[in-house]
Amino acid sequence: MTGNLLEIRDLHKRYGDVEVLKGVDCTMAQGDVISIIGSSGSGKTTMLRCINMLEEFQGGSIRIDGEEIGYETTGGTRRRKKEKEIARQRAMTGMAFQQFNLFPHMSAAENVMLGLVKVKGMRRDEARSVAEKWLDRVGLAERRDRFPGQLSGGQQQRVAIARAIAMNPKLMLFDEVTSALDPELVNEVLQVIKDLARDGMSMLLVTHEMRFAYEVSSRVIFMNQGRIGEEGNPREMFLKPQTERLAEFLKTSTFN
Amino acid sequence: MELVTFFETLWLARIPILKGIGVTVSISVLAILVGTVLGIGVGLALTYGARPLRWLVRGYTDFIRGTPVLVLVLASYYVLGTVGIDLGPFQAGVLALAVFCSSHVGEIVRGALQSIPKGQTEAAKAIGLTFPQTFAYVLGPQALRQVLPAWVNTAAEMVKASTLLSIIGVAELLLRTQELISRTFMSLEFYFFAGFLYFAVNYGIERFGRYVERKTSIPS
Ligand SMILES: Nc1ncnc2c1ncn2[C@@H]1O[C@H](COP(=O)(O)OP(=O)(O)O)[C@@H](O)[C@H]1O
Ligand SMILES: [Mg+2]
Repeated sequence: MTGNLLEIRDLHKRYGDVEVLKGVDCTMAQGDVISIIGSSGSGKTTMLRCINMLEEFQGGSIRIDGEEIGYETTGGTRRRKKEKEIARQRAMTGMAFQQFNLFPHMSAAENVMLGLVKVKGMRRDEARSVAEKWLDRVGLAERRDRFPGQLSGGQQQRVAIARAIAMNPKLMLFDEVTSALDPELVNEVLQVIKDLARDGMSMLLVTHEMRFAYEVSSRVIFMNQGRIGEEGNPREMFLKPQTERLAEFLKTSTFN
Repeated sequence: MELVTFFETLWLARIPILKGIGVTVSISVLAILVGTVLGIGVGLALTYGARPLRWLVRGYTDFIRGTPVLVLVLASYYVLGTVGIDLGPFQAGVLALAVFCSSHVGEIVRGALQSIPKGQTEAAKAIGLTFPQTFAYVLGPQALRQVLPAWVNTAAEMVKASTLLSIIGVAELLLRTQELISRTFMSLEFYFFAGFLYFAVNYGIERFGRYVERKTSIPS
């Protein structure tokens, strides 16, 4: 046991013959807020998806709280864990997606309750009060019985975040959660994430919102062509980039 | 009076006609039920099956859908007997219709499942649901709503296709009607009457489908 919340070692991921993660190492401690920045196609989404096994990966290891995710190696052969085991491990992390992915046939509250009831085994009334608490936290107490189709993009994304957080994950993964939103709806979602960060939630977030990354992160990782190009605290990263690549990337990014 | 004779004849023939309706309904209900259960299996295999299974089932549905229902009915009755599966006309007919129904329902189910965005499965996985749970609470309910209109259509088709069983001697509504006509020569009236009954049944199915659709529609 190293005491790290997340420990990624030499992560390799291929799609067919194309290697998109070429040996990524990353450790984070409880309460860290790490932003992942980098140009499109550099492997940011893929890295998050490997952490909760939405993608398979061919090399390296990912540990959460010391527990190896997705694969086990016995006698030199690496094997995918049983689906049930993987499902349990996925619940250790929460994920919010660019496209929200709310369940359209369920109300906001039911979206949040589903995992609580079916995965955590809570009673419905218990799950409902947890769901209501979290919907309240993201500012949607009055909208809890609305369906996704009756909510704005920003509201849907906040429900999606509540759905993930309510499961009480050790680590939250955010993948460009504001990219699909109209500009005027971005802030309400970022504010929710900032509040969670302030409460000590450990999170790994892929974002194009540079000012937000600067303000919220304890560390920033710059992904470049399937590798970590540079990492450090936001101040150093944004004000004194060490690599040509990062300097270039920051020049083409907007801070607003 | 023409109309009076029609109703008198109808009244006298009420028992065979009611029996005919009963048989038509039994055939349809059985074929739709069995066909739907099989069809869900077919749809699941087409969507989630391993490659060999998928090919096998794809072959089955393409073959069945490319064959006229009448040929299926005749084959089920005459050909199965030659390989030692001896079915009565009712059983053989229901089997043929159920098989036909299953291939259509299978396609409908596959289409509905495949039209659900991948993000739904991913979101379900991300909160820790297993695949059976994902299917039961996320994919199934969404697919069901999508399937409904096409399924109602298929059900109505099955009611119409049940008339083909008259050819192998199943005494369903059409055969009863034809018997009645051969005795009374009132072909126009009774064909019209039978047509009306089929229409009424299918209209009922369609209204019911609309009702369920409305009841289960997602607010937006
Ligand atoms: N399902 C896939 N099949 C093949 N290639 C993919 C797939 N998903 C992503 N890629 C490729 O992997 C690389 C990294 O993608 P991604 O992780 O989505 O980048 P980012 O999130 O940084 O924009 C890209 O080159 C992309 O084209
Ligand atoms: Mg991405």
